[in-house]
Amino acid sequence: MAYISFYIALGLYLIASGGFIVYMIKQQAQAFRVAHKVLITGFVFHTFFFAHSFYLMGVTPILDFKAALSFFSWAIVLAYLLFYKRFKVMVLGSFAAPFSAFLMIISSAMPWFEGPVRPIFKSIWLAVHVVTVFVGNGLFAIAFMAAVMYLIQERQIKQKKLGAFFRRLPSLASLDNLAHYSLIYGFPFLTAGMITGSIYAQLAFGKYWQWDPKEVWSLITWLFYAVLLHERLAAGWRGRKAAIMSIVCFFLLLFTFVGASFFMGGYHSFDSLGVRQAI
Amino acid sequence: MIKILATGMNHETAPVELRECLATNPHGIQAALAFMRDAPAFREGMFISTCNRVEALVVTEDKDQAKKSIVSLFSRLGGKSGTEFQHALYHYEDQEAIRHIFRVSSSLDSMVVGEPQILGQIKEAYREAVRGKTSGVVLNRLMHKAFHVAKRVRSETGVCEAAVSIAYAAVELAKKIFYGLEKKRVMLIGAGDMAELAARHFLGQGVEGIVVSNRTFERAVEMAQEFRGEAVSFEEIPAQLGVVDIVLSSTASPDFVITREMVKGALKRRRNRPLFFIDIAVPRDVEPRVNDLDNVYVYDIDDLRGIVQEEVVKFQRWLETLDVVPTIVSLREKADRIIETELRRSASALQSLTPEQREAINILTRSIADKLLHDPIVFLKNKAGKPMLENYLDVTRRLFNLDDNNND
Repeated sequence: MAYISFYIALGLYLIASGGFIVYMIKQQAQAFRVAHKVLITGFVFHTFFFAHSFYLMGVTPILDFKAALSFFSWAIVLAYLLFYKRFKVMVLGSFAAPFSAFLMIISSAMPWFEGPVRPIFKSIWLAVHVVTVFVGNGLFAIAFMAAVMYLIQERQIKQKKLGAFFRRLPSLASLDNLAHYSLIYGFPFLTAGMITGSIYAQLAFGKYWQWDPKEVWSLITWLFYAVLLHERLAAGWRGRKAAIMSIVCFFLLLFTFVGASFFMGGYHSFDSLGVRQAI
Repeated sequence: MIKILATGMNHETAPVELRECLATNPHGIQAALAFMRDAPAFREGMFISTCNRVEALVVTEDKDQAKKSIVSLFSRLGGKSGTEFQHALYHYEDQEAIRHIFRVSSSLDSMVVGEPQILGQIKEAYREAVRGKTSGVVLNRLMHKAFHVAKRVRSETGVCEAAVSIAYAAVELAKKIFYGLEKKRVMLIGAGDMAELAARHFLGQGVEGIVVSNRTFERAVEMAQEFRGEAVSFEEIPAQLGVVDIVLSSTASPDFVITREMVKGALKRRRNRPLFFIDIAVPRDVEPRVNDLDNVYVYDIDDLRGIVQEEVVKFQRWLETLDVVPTIVSLREKADRIIETELRRSASALQSLTPEQREAINILTRSIADKLLHDPIVFLKNKAGKPMLENYLDVTRRLFNLDDNNND
């Protein structure tokens, strides 16, 4: 029963993606308005799904990769909705919604988490850790999309070939602005996520830091974003260079998210969180 | 054989001095219309006089005589002999003249394409002609069509916003680089009509300020006054590159005025804020390699022309489909009229039917008419822009008797 809201959210994200793509191609504001509303509805269902899971399980319901993907997708939609409110970059939806829907499809293909939950997960710090990290990830995903759009638009203007994207994408200044603010907002979340994570580790495992691969890669990702942020704020980086750097950072983030979770073991790997080892 | 003639001068064909002396007279229109009433060569006529154009649109059976009469009308109004402005006049006949007046009223022939005043001015000129009793069947019909076309151009192509002029293309590009232009500063280097026009466009977009530079400083000061800007000497250009965001350049200099090193130095000072060069000069003022720098964009006159050309082609294609529209509309109108008359005629016989049945008959008659008209309409649409179109339109109009006055 509880899973129904998950599938409804997935369905609505897919419909919204279709609407956003129609908007992108045909430039009909009507399509955008519908897609935006559908996305919000999907987001409500998705939020309800997590709230419900939290209620049922009694712990932060992000214990396996399936849930992590789905939560990542949720965070991207959240970040998109917040940024839309502030910057009104309509075309962002045409990137964010399909990306979220894609993550949800992968997530839906994985088996559901079942079985008892280890008591160490019953901590408010875990909840804060997960939420802050993923909100940060969602914001960085927006920064990534802005960077990709920037590079497309910049290339068209630089090479003087004003193709179909020229009219459809916003100005370079808006895109750079979007990348700038999503970085500025995302960074504190990632930082807070890492700090609360180590507090949780201290409480749960008795150690702040234990050179777990995910910890290490997260730190590397964090350092890369820190460099980008510093260059942007202090050295006046902007435009192409910052966009490329932002894309590199995001791939690193994805690697940390996927690679470090699966291939390198450690206590962050979802296997070790699972029931089998817990029991 | 009745002919439509459009003769006149506009901002492209005549310098402002010449247009001025024809356009300033406030009673010019009345005088012109009076002249048209008296001249035997004109059957109908109207006179358009705005700051950018002076033009007579006439219907005549003797086009050579009419042309001569228009020239003498102009020379009387301007107090100049015909030979003085003969070279500045354009002449359009029939199709060309119709197309011309459509273009003028749709603001496609304006100095700033898409500017909205021209339609009002043309309407006023037409109203004067009606009041002066110089317009007749042909002009009435032509002008109503022209107003209709202008409305459609505006609603269907958004030509007010379309980049159909170089200055406009430059502004559109700047908007894609900077988003809002309110806080931006423009530097105008050198003098030149096109650069000044572009500068005016940018001012119209509400840029924060304008800096003018010229080889001769006095000229820069003069122009700065005109634009309410600030004059700087040529030597200050590299320093200004750190402050301004958009550079419009059109000097007669044989060498590059702006070099790569100059811009590279400025970029550090401006912390990589983007810089947009619009180089209207031939030979070019901005070293092409400047475009290779990050956050710097250089468009020269050919690049801008290329963009404008794309827009014009798009519009031209649309305009071609326009020729068939009036005929298609009259076809549909005729069908509607027939359906309505026939239904009314059979009203008494249909009275016994229920509303649903009556509605069914209504739908039935309409779908028969639609099916019948479908093929001719598709045929005409396919001929849009093809050389034989005029013949097909003519045959269609006669075949369906669309030009019968009772229909209009």
